[in-house]
Order: sequence, then structure tokens, then C-alpha cells
Amino acid sequence: MNTEIVNTEVTTTRTITYRQALNETLRAELERDEKVFLIGEEIGIFEGSYKITAGLLEDFGPERVLDAPIAEEGFVGAALGAAMLGMRPVVEIMTINFSLIAIDQIVNHAAKMRSMFAGQVSIPLVIRMPGGGGQQLAATHSQNLEVWYAHIPGLKVVAPSTPADAKALLAAAIRDDDPVIFLENLSLYSAKGEVPDGEQVAEIGKAAVVKTGTDLTIVSYSRGTTTALDVAHQLEAEGLSIEVVDLRSLRPLDRDTICASVKKTGHAVVFEDDWLSYGIGAEISATIGEGAFDFLDAPVRRVAAAEVPLPYAKSLEKAALPSAADLAKVVREVLNISTNDK
Amino acid sequence: MDESRRKWDHMAAKAQSKAVVESTGGEPADTLRSYYEQMSLVRSFELRSSEMYARAKIGGYCHLNLGEEATVVGLMAAIEKRDYLFTGYRDHGYALMRGISPESVMAELFGKVTGVSGGRGGSMHMFDSEARLLGGYGIVGGQIPPATGAALALKYQEAAGADAAAVMCLLGDGTTNIGAFHESLNLAGLWKLPIVYVIVNNGLGMGTTVEKASAEPDLYKRAASYRMPGVRVDGDDVLAVRDAARDALKQARESRQPVLLEVMCYRLRGHSVVDPARYRAPEDTTIAQQSDPVPSFRAELIASGVLTEADAAAIDEAADVRVSAAVVFADESPEPDVDDLFKYVYATAVANAPSALPGEPVMDAL
Repeated sequence: MNTEIVNTEVTTTRTITYRQALNETLRAELERDEKVFLIGEEIGIFEGSYKITAGLLEDFGPERVLDAPIAEEGFVGAALGAAMLGMRPVVEIMTINFSLIAIDQIVNHAAKMRSMFAGQVSIPLVIRMPGGGGQQLAATHSQNLEVWYAHIPGLKVVAPSTPADAKALLAAAIRDDDPVIFLENLSLYSAKGEVPDGEQVAEIGKAAVVKTGTDLTIVSYSRGTTTALDVAHQLEAEGLSIEVVDLRSLRPLDRDTICASVKKTGHAVVFEDDWLSYGIGAEISATIGEGAFDFLDAPVRRVAAAEVPLPYAKSLEKAALPSAADLAKVVREVLNISTNDK
Repeated sequence: MDESRRKWDHMAAKAQSKAVVESTGGEPADTLRSYYEQMSLVRSFELRSSEMYARAKIGGYCHLNLGEEATVVGLMAAIEKRDYLFTGYRDHGYALMRGISPESVMAELFGKVTGVSGGRGGSMHMFDSEARLLGGYGIVGGQIPPATGAALALKYQEAAGADAAAVMCLLGDGTTNIGAFHESLNLAGLWKLPIVYVIVNNGLGMGTTVEKASAEPDLYKRAASYRMPGVRVDGDDVLAVRDAARDALKQARESRQPVLLEVMCYRLRGHSVVDPARYRAPEDTTIAQQSDPVPSFRAELIASGVLTEADAAAIDEAADVRVSAAVVFADESPEPDVDDLFKYVYATAVANAPSALPGEPVMDAL
């Protein structure tokens, strides 16, 4: 794992879930800095809809783990105001879908204040929220709206794909003096991975090559990276050498790492959970077009969600979401390998 | 509801507000004189802003405090240096009364680097961290959740008491219908936050009246839903405004009791400098002019012997001179440097932060 680690003194690791990595990091940051507090719906006595804040109310009390009423605009904006006075609030929005209710405070206010007020105020605010479909939650509760935030100057948007990155990027987000959108994913919470012990703080704005290869680059993030790695390993058995770039940060975007990889492989596929048009993949494709055009042996392809409000029925949901099979098929197409040839 | 009914309602509400808080007598002459000086400065500044807008020295939207000077001065006389102020977009007078120089405020209007927000904000976005003016906000109601959160931070950072800080959050009458208002008041009531929400009720959104916008047009009564006191005061009475605001701030800082204060005033002109306010009945404009707090306070001080006509004229002249100097300063100040375009986007330096101007390549080289 090519994670950017600032502090590398620790070598021991444990295998824990993404959920546990988040929980432990929140605990460690609450212990480290008394300016840090958590705020969100049902994060205290209920321990969070996805149990990320389990045990924290008990250990830190209701002022540090503040249950908010169902009022996203109100409590996200209140966290922003507390940040203006030097607190370091970590907001949990139950899912990214509900962030739309707070979007005025995030986009019109948190993202703009520092610039609009000529650097006189900083907004050390973290907004954690999961996106993701595939849980039969239907159209309003299954969206991947990260590009809405990745579009906005003044925000930083990170999207860890592993428990180790969840830990190191959350610590970085909490210690950062700017508003950071911390994108989680419903299907990653129970994913396990090796996590280094001790303090780990990632550098925001850097992508990672999580698997090296020479034939084709898959660019992905969050849940998509785990699928991309599965596909890459599967195709290795077929003799294909696939490199996987995990974006980790959607804003800023590490264009150099993407293009360096594509210059090496000459082929690129973007695997993304959001909708195709105007999505993350569109930006990646344009980046490759500008930064690695002469090295491309085939057009960049995107594997993204079908452009439909996600249905409830399992058959329809499955058809609409980008899968490992979809990705493998497109990789073969880009490499001009007929499935029948293999 | 017709225009005459609206007028009647707003006047009746104002008359009622006079009964709620009586003006305080026995004020020291120096205090009264100082308040008049401040009102005169705001008046002069706003008239000159209007003129500078017409001369295209000022761009964008520009909303003036004309007609609201007693409210501005009364509220700012009540707030302490340690308190934090959030306002809507009609913020010039508040910035001045918070102690920010007319030069800095005018330079901001001119979009100059010497402006209080470095020329990045303009009329609606005055901000001065030292003066604890934590923003003019252009989005209606956008300031209310952050102001509430500032009060939440104060609760973390210091104990309640006479020396504690509080937050004052200004908003217009139209703002009381937005969700952020209700969500924020609910949080403040629930968490007992040291904040005073002040509705500056000039009777009009842009052109839509309070009665056409609010099912409960007695806006201070909305406080009842959040178990906080709701108080209405006559915004043309600088002393009444000051005393009501002081009392509200005292409750906020000492008892962590949030308060909703409704200040009844008139907007002397259109919604913004480009609005001729043709929707307004001539009688309504007449009433607004008759209620104009600047000449009436001036006349009151002369009648009571606090000022002579010559004193008052000298004060007005001094305000004009002060504002003239601000205009010269703003005019002569440099524009922000284009090289600094990206300077304030992020506080913590971040890898790969975008820095391309339009048409520049996003990648260094192919």
C-alpha cells in the first residue's frame, strides 16, 4: 500500500474493519484535542446509524458527542460557526443524500468564507458521510453525489477505500484547517484490512498506486477501488498486468499520479459509482486527454452507474450499478481482447 | 392584502412596540450627542455609497441602511467588544459602528485590497475578525446557523457570566420564513446558547410585505415555539433599541437564555440602490420619511437643548468630511493583485491545489 504516511515510526499492524478504523480515529482525536467534538443525528445514545460512534458518548459525554435534532442545515451550519471560533467539529451526516438539505451551508458558506473574507477566518470542519447504493435503499437513499462537492473550490473531498486510509485520512481531515468532506461508503464499513498502529496522518491531495501493472490503468476511489483490485487480480490470472490508481482525494485531484500511470500503461478505464454524465470519470478522462494523450493506445473508457434513479428491486438495482463483471469486460475491450480469445 | 392595510399593520405594530419598551430618560448629553454623531455618519456614508454606485465606483448589489440608523446605532451601542456580530447583507452601518474605519468599508465597496474583506466580499460581505464582525452574508438566512454555532463554541469555551461573550445575529423580516431560522432557533433554545437574534423588520422583503410572507406577522411571537423570550421594540428610538438589546444580551451572556428581538423600522428607499420602489404607495413613503430617525432625533436633541442647530450642523458636516476622506482613500487604493487570486482558497496548504487561470493548461506538460 503506497499510502502517504507522515509518521512512520510504527510498524505493527492489526486487521480491523473500516468502521473500527473510523471509530478508533474519532476516539484518538477526541482524546488528543479538546477542541474536537462530534455532532450529528443519533450519534450519541444510538451510537450512529452505522455504529461509527459506538461507545464515544459513554466515554466523552454529551458535550463532545452531541446529538443533534433532525435539522441538517441547522446543525451543519452550527458546526461551521463553531469552527469559525476555533473549535474542530466533526459532523456526521447520516448519508450523503441528506447533505443536500445542508448544501447551502456547505457550498455557499463553508467553502467560501475563507476566500470571501480574505483569509481572516479558517473553517476546520469535517463532514463525514457515506454514499453508495446496493443496499436496496431505493432512489433517494442510494446516491453517489461526491462530484457535487468535488466541484467546489474551497472544499477538500477525500474518499478512502481501505481501513488504513480511513484512519490516516480522517486524522488528516480533523487536523486540517479547511472544510473537508469525508466520503465513506455503506458497503465498505465491514470491509477488513491491515491498519498500522499508532498515529497515522495521510497527506490530503495525493492519489496512490495501490497495484502496479504495465498493460492498463484502472482509476477509481472508495468502494470502486476494492472492486478494481479484485478485477485486476482476476485478470492477472489471464496474463494481464493491470495498475490500479486509488484517487483517495477527489479535490484536489492528483492529476500527475493518474497521468504518470497512463503514460506507462497506455490504456485507462475509470471505475466510478456515480452517474456517468458529468461524473468523476469525465474529469479523469479529460485529465488524461490533456496530460497523457500521446501515450494512449485506445480511448479512455468509463464504467459508471446507469443514469436512472436507483430502483428498489434487486434485479434492477444490480443492473444499474457498475459491477466487477462490467469493469472486466470494459478492460478487455480497451485492450482489444475478445472474451472468446482467452 | 392591500397597501394601506400593510401600512396600517406596520404602523400599528410600531405603535405597539413603543408601548413595550419605553424610552429611557435622563441620558447624559454626551451619550445622546455621540449617538447622533454615529447616526449622522451612517446616513452620510450610505448617501455617498448610493452616489458612488451611480458613478459605477461600486458594483454588484448594494443595500443601504438608510432609515434604519437608529436601529443600527442602538444595537451597536448595546453590543460589547467581546461579543460577536453576524449580519445579513445590509451591513455597512453595522461595520462602521463596530469600529471599522469608513476607509476600510468604502474600500471594500470599491473592491480594493485595502477593504475590510480585502476586496473579496463587497457590499454584502463585510468581515473583520478583530472587530468580531463575523460577516455580512448575502444568502438570506445563511448567517443564522453559523451564528448559532458561534454561540455553541462560546458555551464550550467559557462560563456564563456578566463578563462572558455573546453572539448577536441580525436578520431581516423576510428571513424569518426560511428553514435555517427555525432550525437555528430550535438549536439555540434546546442547547441554551448565548445568542440574541435580532429581526430588523422594515416591513418589506424586497417588495413583499411581512403580512404577505408570514402567517404570524407579529414576528417576535415566533420565539414562543423555541421557549425563548420574544421582544418587540421601536426601531426609530435609538435608546429603546439599545436598552432592549442590552437586556437581551444580558440574558444571553449571564443565563444562556437566547432571545428573539424584533426591531420595527422603515426602509427609507428601495431594497437596494437600483430599486426605485415603485411598488410602494406614496403615503407609505411619506410615513417612512416622517419616521426618519435621523432628522427626528436631531430635532429632539435640539428641542431638549442637548444640541444647538449649529452643533447639529457641525456634526453633519464632520460626518460628510469623514466620508469624503473615505471615498478618497478608497479611490486611491490599489486593486487586489491578480497574482493573489488563489491566495485564500485553503488555509492548510494542499498538494495538487488547482491554480490554472481560464485557458491555461491544467497539466504542466504533455
